[in-house]
Amino acid sequence: MSWNWEVFCKSTLDENFSPVCFGTGGETTYLDWIMSAWGWTLSVSALGLLIAMVLGILMGALRTLPPDNFVTRLLATISNVWVELFRNIPVLVQVFLWYHVVPALIPVLKGLPSFILVSLALGFFTSSRIAEQVRAGIGALPRGQRFAAMAMGLTTFQSYRYVILPMALRIVIPPLTSESMNIIKNSSVAFAVSVAELTLFAMQAQEETSRGIEIYLGVTALYVVSALTVNRIMALIESKTRVPGFIVSASSGGH
Amino acid sequence: MNIDLSFYNLEMIRQYVLSGFLFSLQLTVIGTIGGIFFGTLLALMRLSGKRTFTIPAGAYVNMMRSIPLVMVILWFFLLMPSILGRPIGAEASAIITFIAFESAFFCEIMRSGIQSIPRGQIYAGQAMGMTYAQNMRLVILPQAFRNMIPVLLTQTIVLFQDTSLVYAIGAYDMLKGFEVAGKNYGRPIETYLAAAVIYFFICFGLSRLVKILQQRVAIIR
Repeated sequence: MSWNWEVFCKSTLDENFSPVCFGTGGETTYLDWIMSAWGWTLSVSALGLLIAMVLGILMGALRTLPPDNFVTRLLATISNVWVELFRNIPVLVQVFLWYHVVPALIPVLKGLPSFILVSLALGFFTSSRIAEQVRAGIGALPRGQRFAAMAMGLTTFQSYRYVILPMALRIVIPPLTSESMNIIKNSSVAFAVSVAELTLFAMQAQEETSRGIEIYLGVTALYVVSALTVNRIMALIESKTRVPGFIVSASSGGH
Repeated sequence: MNIDLSFYNLEMIRQYVLSGFLFSLQLTVIGTIGGIFFGTLLALMRLSGKRTFTIPAGAYVNMMRSIPLVMVILWFFLLMPSILGRPIGAEASAIITFIAFESAFFCEIMRSGIQSIPRGQIYAGQAMGMTYAQNMRLVILPQAFRNMIPVLLTQTIVLFQDTSLVYAIGAYDMLKGFEVAGKNYGRPIETYLAAAVIYFFICFGLSRLVKILQQRVAIIR
């Protein structure tokens, strides 16, 4: 078996090879294509992660509301149903639901590009996992934090906004890191609805060039690089937001 | 739009969905059993403390865990024919892929399971004059399995959900069955909804079972 990395310098339309590997004068090479595919993967993941963080933190917080009255119990139930619903349906099925079913049921969404729909699917799917982590993080806080907030006369919303969530979110940074890496991996299901991301590139370029191993190696390397970059960014966030002397790790427990 | 469920009947389910469901089930069962078997071997390698074992096992597990499953499925489908020297169907390729991929995840579960056993158990086994293999087989692994049953089952639910990804190589699983039915009857919305409902009830039901089991199986420490 022999390597042929020049395949990335080849034009996608004819048999020409670009000397600089990037296409010149309106031509696209496979290198151009894989870079744009990488951009799609990162965009879908970033938008999905944004949706997942907002919804996940909201739902995770709702699940920990004290069952004082009807409204808080209702909100906690809604978030429970939310988590069970989006956790127990495979992500690919959810992508199909967003792409084929939801626009038919809600006509407003009909014109949306599949890129947005896939981001929504990934975001909702991941939000259920983030909600679980956030709930666990809030549960890991000493109960005194909540009582202290109440004693200060803060409303429930204020105590979440200023006391509980700022501490809980710091605790859950490690699991959020792995969810952020997961969403990049899960974004590969976007191939099924023809978003031009890395996996779709891998399938199409493999067929066109028959240099599957080189193409797949390139795509795999980009996935690994993306995941490692996210990992480093989250580690940076974790060290920047650390509260001195308070949190070592959620799992290592007290003394 | 209107929802029409009139085309759902036994004939349609038998023709399109059943074989796909059976393949999903087969993939889940074989993937779980094979994954636990090879995952345990990998875990023993990672815990052996000998570099010739820990480095390759660690590299394999970390690699599998950092690549999307869809890409792993595509990789195996591409490479299997040249490794085996003959063409291989999408279904067979999917089964091999799932054993290889899931063993990396089961390895990490079994590793923490084995590590949850107090060291005194190992010393006790050694003091009884057991060999390494006897000690693992008779003392450590049974306890590790028992402690990890809820986590292993949760991973099995994830695995069952992941079986839908064999879509990438066109293997005929349950999702594919629903999709083909939707195309043939011109009713994609109803079939995707039905697929979602069925996946939901299977996974939700299983996760309830795991919760009950979790309360029953006390962790031995």
